[in-house]
Amino acid sequence: VSGLEQLLATKEVVVFCGSGGVGKTSAAASAALGASCRLGGKVLVLTIDPAKRLASALGLEGIGNRAVQVRPEILKAAGVEPRGELWAAMLDTKQSWDDLVLRHAKDEETAYKILDNRLYHNLTSRFVQSHDYIAMERLYEIHATGEYDLIVIDTPPTRNAIDFLEAPARMADFFSSRLLRWLTLPYRVGGKRGTRVLSVASKPFYQIADRILGSAFLEDIAEFFLNFQSMYDGFVARSKAVERLLHDRRTTFTVVTTLEAAPLHEAERFCKELIARKFHLGALVLNKTLPDYLLSPEGAAAATELVDHAGPIAAELASLDNPALADPARTARVLRTIGDSYRNFSVVALRESELRSELAHTPDVIARVPTLEADIGDLDGLVEIGRWLFAD
Amino acid sequence: VSAQQADLLDRRLLFFTGKGGVGKSTVAAATALLAARVGRRVLLVEVDAKGDIPAQFERAPVGFAPKEIHPGVLAMAMDTEQSLQEYLRLNLRVPVLGRVGPLARALDFVASAAPGVKEILTIGKICWEVRESIEGRADFDMVVVDAAATGHIVAQLGAPEGIRDLVDVGPVRAQTQWLSEILEDPAITAVNVVTTPEEMPVAETIELVQRIRTETSVPLGSVIVNRVLPELFTTADEETFAALTEPHVNERLRQRAGSGSTAVIDGARLAVALRRTRAQHLEELRNAVDLPLMYLPYLFVRDHGLRVTRMVADELGEELGL
Repeated sequence: VSGLEQLLATKEVVVFCGSGGVGKTSAAASAALGASCRLGGKVLVLTIDPAKRLASALGLEGIGNRAVQVRPEILKAAGVEPRGELWAAMLDTKQSWDDLVLRHAKDEETAYKILDNRLYHNLTSRFVQSHDYIAMERLYEIHATGEYDLIVIDTPPTRNAIDFLEAPARMADFFSSRLLRWLTLPYRVGGKRGTRVLSVASKPFYQIADRILGSAFLEDIAEFFLNFQSMYDGFVARSKAVERLLHDRRTTFTVVTTLEAAPLHEAERFCKELIARKFHLGALVLNKTLPDYLLSPEGAAAATELVDHAGPIAAELASLDNPALADPARTARVLRTIGDSYRNFSVVALRESELRSELAHTPDVIARVPTLEADIGDLDGLVEIGRWLFAD
Repeated sequence: VSAQQADLLDRRLLFFTGKGGVGKSTVAAATALLAARVGRRVLLVEVDAKGDIPAQFERAPVGFAPKEIHPGVLAMAMDTEQSLQEYLRLNLRVPVLGRVGPLARALDFVASAAPGVKEILTIGKICWEVRESIEGRADFDMVVVDAAATGHIVAQLGAPEGIRDLVDVGPVRAQTQWLSEILEDPAITAVNVVTTPEEMPVAETIELVQRIRTETSVPLGSVIVNRVLPELFTTADEETFAALTEPHVNERLRQRAGSGSTAVIDGARLAVALRRTRAQHLEELRNAVDLPLMYLPYLFVRDHGLRVTRMVADELGEELGL
């Protein structure tokens, strides 16, 4: 049993994280596919922003927040025999926020007041890390339904991979902030729209804010927050529950990275942070690595030989009675080219291997997935990644 | 080389955006280095302050105040809080807020909660520096921005317009006017998108170019394709290579160059396959985007630091015909 298989067998939630462009989404989808085949049960992959081809391969096009089952026929066509069920869902940020508001607003009227506010759209689409929070919130909600044996989620691309870990706490902070109360107080006391009662403390703030933003805009903001604040209790309780789930023993994190300096540095920092914050760091996936044969001394020797003695070797090959090798000049050029290309790639492979050996703070399970010749855009690709993810 | 490419360095304000991980900071740094080589003084603005920009010049992270990190290249890290304080001090004559504790916190709170405020503080500071340089009050004559990634850049570029939609009166509304004049002038500003010839970066580039066109009035510059793998063979060479992989030919090679010949052949096959999938994405990009494309080769030797910044600047200079 491979390390990753054991990990997936004992956990209910696996969060895939890492910097952008490292292949998080494919790795998460592949792990979910592998789990459904090897372990069985009902497995969901919740993905944030899949590439078009991957989304359509999973049958996810235009389905919004709804989970769909990946049809067993397509899995069989890709040569895998699922023991369980593989389900997939995408995150629709706007829809998820709307659902959240509808759930927590004190009544329907308030909910629609919020949903119609012109600031609301801006806020939910642009609010600092709103993606982060809503992704974790959806994860919690799906987990709470008890419908799946395993949920694999890939995280939104953030500037810092750690941001989303703090999102629930930040959200709770935001709503319980004394500052927010203080800001909306003049309007709460003033009662109806257009009146506000300023205290001695808040007066200088409003004088400046009026000058910068105009009082009408400020009033819009206040009204919006007043309504939003009515969701306070539900919201705070909820974000605490989300945080509890992330810390739960049944949840584990898998960090995905390539062996390039920048993403790897970010991954290391992330592993360290996860450990420091007492999250469960389950596995590290080194993705898109170059194959080991690029490191072989024999390969290096042969490459040098081919470059240095391309002429004589080409002349020898010309005697083989193969029309494609009849022109020694051309053959020599090709031999030099492949020798040179090998040396180029082997420098990169050496760098990767050096970076790999310097890794600190790593989890017990480390999976290595080589650069695959084609892009991962279909189930065959996911199956291929899975072969490496689940290798012993 | 098209005219559009050649005058890239003649603009005063260059944004470099793109999907995370494509080498946007490297390309921004290399552009600044190249501009400095041809005698310009450049302010490099790092929007997502991660310290990446100074690292491209082997220097320690910088703060909000511009600092020369290389001859002819100054750098600063964007900080919206300090940008707000500077704005208040310069425009509204509000004293430094540091001492007014709660007031500063309240403003910062509104800045992070109200839509578009952080964006306008970022774009406002950048345009401010551009205007200072136009009016001869700055220590540089060009601003290069290592901008936000594809997910955020449209909100930033569109912030002045967005604010005008939300705020009906007040100095903020008035202030957005000159910002737009700078941002929307093709003689001053160009947004460049950095990508790699891979599926997701190309898809995001195509979508981003579309969005910048429809959602903002900011002029686009070029698309810079980073890490392009070399084409190993011509069609005729490819046949020869195919012959080398045949068993008895391969056996001959092994006798002559050792058992590692197989690894060399495998390596070449991988290189050809990688180049081929990437070529398809490039084709897709060329078909979907009508902007000038510039190509930067994959660098096998190093992957970051001043050495790479120099190499990329050389390549960029060649693409620009300098």
